[in-house]
Amino acid sequence: MIKLDNLTKVFYPGTVNEKIAINGVSLNIKEGEIVCVIGSNGSGKSTLFNLISGTYPLTNGSISFNDIDITKTAEYKRAKYIGRIFQDPTMGTAANMSIEDNMITASTKGMKGLKISLNNEKRKQFSELLIPIGLENRLKDNVGLLSGGQRQALTLLMTVMSSPKLILLDEHTAALDPRNADIVMDLTQQYIVEKNLTAMMITHNMKFAIEFGTRLIMMDEGKVILDVQGDEKKKLTVDKLVEIFRNIKNEEFSADEELLNV
Amino acid sequence: MIEGIFVDGLIFSIMVLGILISFRVLDFADLTCDGSLATGAAVATMHIISGGSIFIALVLAFLAGTVAGMVTATIHNKFKIPGLLAGILTMTMLYSINLRILGNKANVPLLRIETFYTILPEKLSSIPSSVAVLIGTLLVVLFVKTLVDVFFRTDLGLAVGALGGNEQMVISQGMNPDYLKLLGIGVSNGLIALSGGLLAQYQGFADANLGQGMVVQGLAAIMIGEFLFHSNRISLITLRAVLGAIIYKTLMFFGRKYGYLINITPNDFKLLTGILVIASLWIAKSRTQASNRAAKKNAILRTQKGEEAND
Repeated sequence: MIKLDNLTKVFYPGTVNEKIAINGVSLNIKEGEIVCVIGSNGSGKSTLFNLISGTYPLTNGSISFNDIDITKTAEYKRAKYIGRIFQDPTMGTAANMSIEDNMITASTKGMKGLKISLNNEKRKQFSELLIPIGLENRLKDNVGLLSGGQRQALTLLMTVMSSPKLILLDEHTAALDPRNADIVMDLTQQYIVEKNLTAMMITHNMKFAIEFGTRLIMMDEGKVILDVQGDEKKKLTVDKLVEIFRNIKNEEFSADEELLNV
Repeated sequence: MIEGIFVDGLIFSIMVLGILISFRVLDFADLTCDGSLATGAAVATMHIISGGSIFIALVLAFLAGTVAGMVTATIHNKFKIPGLLAGILTMTMLYSINLRILGNKANVPLLRIETFYTILPEKLSSIPSSVAVLIGTLLVVLFVKTLVDVFFRTDLGLAVGALGGNEQMVISQGMNPDYLKLLGIGVSNGLIALSGGLLAQYQGFADANLGQGMVVQGLAAIMIGEFLFHSNRISLITLRAVLGAIIYKTLMFFGRKYGYLINITPNDFKLLTGILVIASLWIAKSRTQASNRAAKKNAILRTQKGEEAND
């Protein structure tokens, strides 16, 4: 489905602030895979998502989607098949508009025409879709009045409604309180299974990353340092994962020490 | 007399609708207005003087304004400079262009020429001319307002609205924000220029300095309107902008009429308008603060009650 070939992103090249955020990442994600991405802060997880969705241009490498090269495709064009949910619940919806207006804007992807699509039939549909998140009677309320959890749940619903082929979830429950985080995460799992979505999800919850999804990727300093799937993934435990991470870090650390000793 | 205030306010309200689209709907601080109002006046005046029809003159004024707005949007999109600066650039350039349109004159009169405001009393001769003028202008404003309302209920209009609320969302929905800005700022300045085209005919001349300080006046009208009532429905948002425009013009009328009593002359109006905008901002801010304080107080009360219940 999506193929990342030797992705590299360097911020501020040629300056003192130069930072290699992504260092030669190659991945091939097949249709129906649910990939959990873990890694410490600054390991390049979010940058990787920004490169896939086209927010930043690549420094080197290429991305192809269903065998079509999209390396130079603009973000808004990629958005037609790549859906994305951010950590910040305010990023996915327009606060100054009502829930129904937000939903009608999300119901079709791409440039809109001079048609008035919002009618009572649509309102009924929306209201049914909103039942699981308890907003079925608030179609005319402004989204700005909703709580963070409600907004993120609405964003999720809107993203699923526009039926993207790949969905990127960038720690989308991290800014929510535990109860709302659970609700949104349950909905996420439900939608992914129901709609048979291909998904990539950044999470800090190792236990969750092991239990959920078909593949687990660990990133560190802009590289993929662990990539497991299938039976191998099922056998993982949190302790093992931490151990693997420590081992890899220690190797690097000792290598650095050797260099310093020389 | 009272009809005069209304006509003045109604013509002004079309410009206010344009400013509403850029400042409120798109959240784009567009200063092109100061230039495009005069562009509309100049284009309409020159077309009428050269013997063209009044209707076509207004259409041309709208189109000229749209192009001006699109220039601002293009400068903003292509060079990634803030909308404010892009608007100032276009506004400055428009000053020269407006003088060109007016045949290198700063002021072109529309005397002894048939205009919208001389035709109206002729066509509706059974009623007093000032009422005929008022009815004609009201119809134009209703027509424009309805078009704006319908546009912002279409899928495309909603997308423009979403752009003002959250640009990332528009991108995520697969739309090019650059096109939407081009369209939104274009329509906004089209309306402003249309207002200029009517204004020139009403006051009987086109002036290269017509637009000076208009953005601030428009903002003052929008803010007055926002005090009237609260709504997220576009038809009511445009209605309160129109009402705000009329109230603003009424205030200015009384300022002109009775201002001498407290030693205020029309020269002071720009200062007063600015103070009016600042006062509106201040009142709006203290209102939000008051409602936040009330909400906080209620929340504390609720939690205390909850604790008592637990005890």
